[in-house]
Amino acid sequence: MKQVLTRSPDETRALAADLAARLQAGDVLALHGELGAGKTCFIQGIAQALQVDQPVSSPTYTLVNEYRGRLPLYHIDLYRLRTADDALNMGLDEYLEGAGVTAIEWAERAETALPERTIHVRLEHGGTEQERQVRIEASERV
Amino acid sequence: MLVLGIETSCDETAAAVVRDGHDVLSNIVLSQVAAHRPYQGVVPEIASRAHVEALMPVLEDALRQANTGWDEIDLLAVTHGPGLASSLLIGVTAARALSMRLNKPLTAVNHLAGHLYSVCLDPAVSDPDTLFPLIVLLVTGGHTMLVRMDSVTDYRLLGQTLDDAVGEALDKGATLMGLGYPGGPEIEKAATGGDPARHAFPRGLRGDRGPAAGGLSRDRCFSFSGLKTALLYLLRDHPDYREGAELAHVAASYQEAAFDALLDRLERTVREEGARHFACVGGVAKNKRLRAKLEEAAARLGVQWHAAPMAYCTDNAAMIAGVAGAVALRGVPPEPVDEVYPNLPVAAAR
Repeated sequence: MKQVLTRSPDETRALAADLAARLQAGDVLALHGELGAGKTCFIQGIAQALQVDQPVSSPTYTLVNEYRGRLPLYHIDLYRLRTADDALNMGLDEYLEGAGVTAIEWAERAETALPERTIHVRLEHGGTEQERQVRIEASERV
Repeated sequence: MLVLGIETSCDETAAAVVRDGHDVLSNIVLSQVAAHRPYQGVVPEIASRAHVEALMPVLEDALRQANTGWDEIDLLAVTHGPGLASSLLIGVTAARALSMRLNKPLTAVNHLAGHLYSVCLDPAVSDPDTLFPLIVLLVTGGHTMLVRMDSVTDYRLLGQTLDDAVGEALDKGATLMGLGYPGGPEIEKAATGGDPARHAFPRGLRGDRGPAAGGLSRDRCFSFSGLKTALLYLLRDHPDYREGAELAHVAASYQEAAFDALLDRLERTVREEGARHFACVGGVAKNKRLRAKLEEAAARLGVQWHAAPMAYCTDNAAMIAGVAGAVALRGVPPEPVDEVYPNLPVAAAR
């Protein structure tokens, strides 16, 4: 487990980019944190490091945004869903078994559908508007 | 040319009959807002089930109100993206079945192309070609972008949001304020009598920092996540701001900041592109405060501005049938309908 205090959205993105350098096809990231905690921001850092060359915007309305980079990036948002069944209905399984990196916001809505290898990233508001406590729970490799 | 349009990309089941890309003979929209309200947003499973139930009656209503029959339709048009895959699929499947059964041509339409075209459905716009080059600010729950239109079939993305769409920022802001769904109209209502200058919320991107913009100019892109976070902190420090006159100030200041950010990018872009006309389309374009600010901007810039008619701001099928007809009349062959494209970009819309 790794815990880091970031002092700005740019630092949060840099921390994510650091993690992304060690990601492989099939890796799953579960992002946890309330509204405005920086989940999309963290995934922007992942995308940058995976050499995605387009803006990464919130998938709250579309549920899934797919990007091409060094590895495909599947950016999923479960904010609109209620249960793990809803997530399976939208095809979550196919992304988890896909050839890319899957990054899931509001992942706790489908906790039981996530594989054991999932890397959990927990974001919490810090003392100031810019600060975030970021906890990364992952296996040895990453 | 009579076009029957079908639109099921999100949470509205819609069908419309439009003549020659301009005259709207019928425009039926069955909103599912009430079904989704308890969840503070669109629930995909509920949406697709509702589309299945509503689509045929909505189609029949559209024909009846247009005083026409299946035989008289020249072209079918259906939204194939972007949107929710499970919702898009209902419209696309129905459209393909109808096309085969009726032996009528069918064309796929980009939902965003429909929104862009919605300004041309204004009865006051008799010839869309007089508007171009047109800078369009497209503002919805899922999208926020600036597009340059050089003709009905020719356009280019100039800028977009780098995180949340403005409609989403309003929805999430409303949730934080303890207001209902959809957030935009709720915030507009709550803002009545509030002072838009009371709270200094951030107005989007500043300088080179922040998320990557791909190949787009950062000066033409939007960011609303800082606004949302600022609201979160304000309400955390002042829980009493969720009520009464204080709530009105917060709501008024919040939407003011969001709209100022839109206007800043829009004005800069209109000036840089040398356009004589700009337009605002999409659900957020219904907001009266935003319309007032667009009016002021047009006066400052000395250009003409156009809003999509109210009925064609939120999702509808008239804009789908409209753009399909206009494109077909310009000799462009139908776009085959194969599958759905939940992430379809605006650039692919021609």
